[in-house]
Amino acid sequence: MRDFLLRSVVYRPISTLLICLTIIIAVSWGAGLLVFKGDSRVFFKPDNPQLQAFDQMESVYAKSDNVAFLLVPKNRDIFTRENIELIHSLTDRSWQIPYVSRVDSLTNFQHSFASDDELIVGDLVRNPQLIDQPMLDQLRAISLREPLLVKRLISEQGHVSLINVTVQKQGVDPEQELADISQYARKLQQEFSQTYPDVDIHLTGLVMMDVAFIEAALYDNETLVPLMFIVVFLAIGLLLKTITGSIAALIIAISSIAVTLGATGWLGIYLTPPSAAAPIMILTIVVADCVHILSGMIHEMRQGKTRHQALYDSVSTNLKPIFLTSATTALGFLTMNFSDVPPFQDLGNMVAFGVMIAFVLSITLFPALLSLLPMKVSSQQNYQGSPLMTKMSHFVVAHHRRLLPGSVIVMACMLLFIPQNELNDKYVEFFDESVPFRAATELMEQELSGIDTLEFSIETGVTGGINNPQVIAAIADFSDWLRTLPEVDHVNTITDIFKRLNKNMHNDDPSWYKLPDNEELAAQYLLLYEMSLPMGLDLNNQVNLDKSATRLVVTLKNLSTYQLLELEEYVSDWFAEQYPDLELKSSSISLMFAHVSKKNIESMLFGSVIALILISPILGVALRSAKYGLISLLPNLLPAGIAFGIWGLLVGEVGLGLSVIIGTTLGIVVDDTVHFISKYLHARRERQMSPQDAVHYSFQRVGPALWITTFILIGGFLILGLSTYRVNAEMGIMTATTIAVALIIDFIFLPSLLIATDKAAVAAQPDEDIENNQLTPKEKLPC
Amino acid sequence: MLVSKVSAILVALLIVSFGIYGSEASSLTAEELGLSIAVKAKQLDRGWGDSQADMTMILRNQNGQESRRVMRTSNLEVQDGGDKSLVIFDEPRDVQGTAFLNHSHPVGPDDQWLYLPALRRVRRISSQNASGPFMGSEFSYEDMASFEVEKYTYKYLRDETLNGHDCTVSEYYPVDRYSGYTRQIVWLDKTMHQPIQIEFYDRRNSLLKTLTVKDYQQYENKYWRPAYMEMTNHTNGKSTVLLIENYRFGTGMTEQDFSQAALTRIR
Repeated sequence: MRDFLLRSVVYRPISTLLICLTIIIAVSWGAGLLVFKGDSRVFFKPDNPQLQAFDQMESVYAKSDNVAFLLVPKNRDIFTRENIELIHSLTDRSWQIPYVSRVDSLTNFQHSFASDDELIVGDLVRNPQLIDQPMLDQLRAISLREPLLVKRLISEQGHVSLINVTVQKQGVDPEQELADISQYARKLQQEFSQTYPDVDIHLTGLVMMDVAFIEAALYDNETLVPLMFIVVFLAIGLLLKTITGSIAALIIAISSIAVTLGATGWLGIYLTPPSAAAPIMILTIVVADCVHILSGMIHEMRQGKTRHQALYDSVSTNLKPIFLTSATTALGFLTMNFSDVPPFQDLGNMVAFGVMIAFVLSITLFPALLSLLPMKVSSQQNYQGSPLMTKMSHFVVAHHRRLLPGSVIVMACMLLFIPQNELNDKYVEFFDESVPFRAATELMEQELSGIDTLEFSIETGVTGGINNPQVIAAIADFSDWLRTLPEVDHVNTITDIFKRLNKNMHNDDPSWYKLPDNEELAAQYLLLYEMSLPMGLDLNNQVNLDKSATRLVVTLKNLSTYQLLELEEYVSDWFAEQYPDLELKSSSISLMFAHVSKKNIESMLFGSVIALILISPILGVALRSAKYGLISLLPNLLPAGIAFGIWGLLVGEVGLGLSVIIGTTLGIVVDDTVHFISKYLHARRERQMSPQDAVHYSFQRVGPALWITTFILIGGFLILGLSTYRVNAEMGIMTATTIAVALIIDFIFLPSLLIATDKAAVAAQPDEDIENNQLTPKEKLPC
Repeated sequence: MLVSKVSAILVALLIVSFGIYGSEASSLTAEELGLSIAVKAKQLDRGWGDSQADMTMILRNQNGQESRRVMRTSNLEVQDGGDKSLVIFDEPRDVQGTAFLNHSHPVGPDDQWLYLPALRRVRRISSQNASGPFMGSEFSYEDMASFEVEKYTYKYLRDETLNGHDCTVSEYYPVDRYSGYTRQIVWLDKTMHQPIQIEFYDRRNSLLKTLTVKDYQQYENKYWRPAYMEMTNHTNGKSTVLLIENYRFGTGMTEQDFSQAALTRIR
């Protein structure tokens, strides 16, 4: 059956080609159904507790999706007529941004003051055209004294200002809504930058972050994927010296990607920024299969076989190892299903699927293509094998006594650096410095305040509870305490409004800038104030329906996830201890990312262990030996550990993307080990070679394919490292590092280990695996 | 500007009084027709003098959580000027006795005062902001204030049957630049000359809220008043139901009961 199939493929290529192409086109058709989802919500499962808490808080108060204009005047002073005019006019125009529900700026801040028996509530700046110097001075004095403004909408020095636009996406077509909002905001940014060339206008906020996610993924697929194709094409062409082979491999790669995307589309799974990396990963891994078949075929042809015979032999001998390596790679990627981040699950499943499709295509379509396309290889009668591999194997065999302990020491040293890695995800740093969102956000942090927030809902459980003087006092104390924390930039609290109103109601007497001391008074102040606020600037984002709860928004300096989680716990504990009668709920986008990042690392470690447990027996069975299955564990596991050691030494920050590395690289790394050990065992078992000779044999037979595939894999994942989306970039760099380390281990440590253990075994008693082995190692020692 | 507006209303009044209305009005522009419908509605609702009613507001958020506000309202019709209204809050209890007085003006911002019992003082509220939420509800004061012809310009759109009511559908464009809306689409019942449904369009001219008005009853053989109003906000998923009961007419209230001084005497 197997033989019939292989013969049909090699000797009846046209029908194979037609059947394959029909299926490929049919499945790929589904790619048209693919939907791309880019907003930050895709990172969370629907039942994610932090997402639910966040949704809960948003439905009680108001949504916090926003676009923020950061205004940095070149004269470093906001309080000039022109700059105030800019803020006033941009505020006005921002009400036209699609889905806007609220615009907060310096000029529309609802300033309240007393005049005789009148309470006046209104925009802080009404007619900027009429403003003169005394008014500017007064404006500066009021703004820089107002706790609701300073470090939120205006810097302490008054040199930068923010316009915060809150939007309520309807979620009907999230991508289109994001695009509508961001395009309008960018249009305003551009227009105002032209009208006011002396002010730099930057865009940030959660909407712009979501847009940055989408744009990074688009950039990757527009630039990195084509680049990757070129690299693969050149690498195969130059290393294996065959253009037709390159073309055939590319066709397999494109087909595998197309089928995977098609199937994804048919299944109705949507693409996300992380899963958009699937094509590059599939491309990279697919090529490895092709290289094995191609290099096997070339090897046979050099030894004088005909093209078709060489092709048949190559496919026939490579069938099992390719299946095995594809299966382990797929298994490794399937561990991503343990991730708490749905896009990583999709990425894992897509790559796993793609790899299995690639396996099928590389033993069907690929040989059919090779059989049809012309290929010339100069046959070398005295082919001595790769000179590089010869040198390499002689070096290792000669020095294995020193190489084994030496490499153990080096590896142990590397592993020591693993603890240097610190859990750290700043979602601003999901993007590299070239992305405007990151630049704007970092500038904002430097000049005004961070983008991370913690939102606290303080719940009394009693209708009108937030008007209770004791509760107000508690909230005020809590806010004051929060302001003393070094991580905190700004606290938006209702108690500042209470104080201001109390002062206003006592003819602006500064000594009355304090909390109202009875419940009715507080309630009536709020009623009065609410009656005076314009549409879109109400208190519904701070107070719930029955006034039993209020929301505090704490703006933080840009923190790492680790610091954020610690801070949240510290604050919650402090609150619980101080105010046991009040309930504190916390939530925010930042907090959601922090939790998911932490949880993802935990679950992915578990997933990696499962992968190991699944892959190890497969290796044992494939190698027909428990002993070699166990030995193979070391070169399979060490690369990821060492790569993390190197990462700890050079970078030291581990984020969302890196938590999936162990599982995914395991599958790829295993390939090299399987190829090397299986050839080694073949030599020992069938050809009764000594351990040393078996090592030479392995180097000759699989060495070139290993280093070429490794080279291509490293190239491919390094290209992914160019992504502006750092989650994907780090995943690429880390995978490349792991694979590179794996090759070094397979070429130096693994052969040394094999020789050492087998020699020991032979010395003690004949190895069960190597019966009839008459030769002692010493007799066959070549040098 | 004002003169031309007043004369437009006079023209509309003439049109209405000569009974040129409905199908015979094809010679009128959509704007003139819209204005005449509004004028007719206002005209038919004249003469009620003064009235009182009890109101309950039920606020709901997306989670179905509810909160209640209870208040009493009094209204005084003022000929040749804006009507006056007084709202006294009964619930939530911590604002009990708070009273809100409004003197509306056909042109220019209304005069508003609030009496805070906890402070035992009347405060005039100077605010062009009638567009914010009333008591945290989905109604703004603008939505609840008495209808004055001069507050809008009009455009008749079409006739339509809605929920069994034969209606005219017109667009109202607020004159006040501080209004929260660019326009409203009003479904006016042809026999009652009262709204059945109003759609509110925000500053971006996209649909923000829909008001549904139900359970009309005729009082004094003339004046139609609803018992049920529901405002649904389409962007935040919140809604507010306003239940109005116990309408009373001819209660004998006078201008004096709607003065600042009267506020402090309220129970």
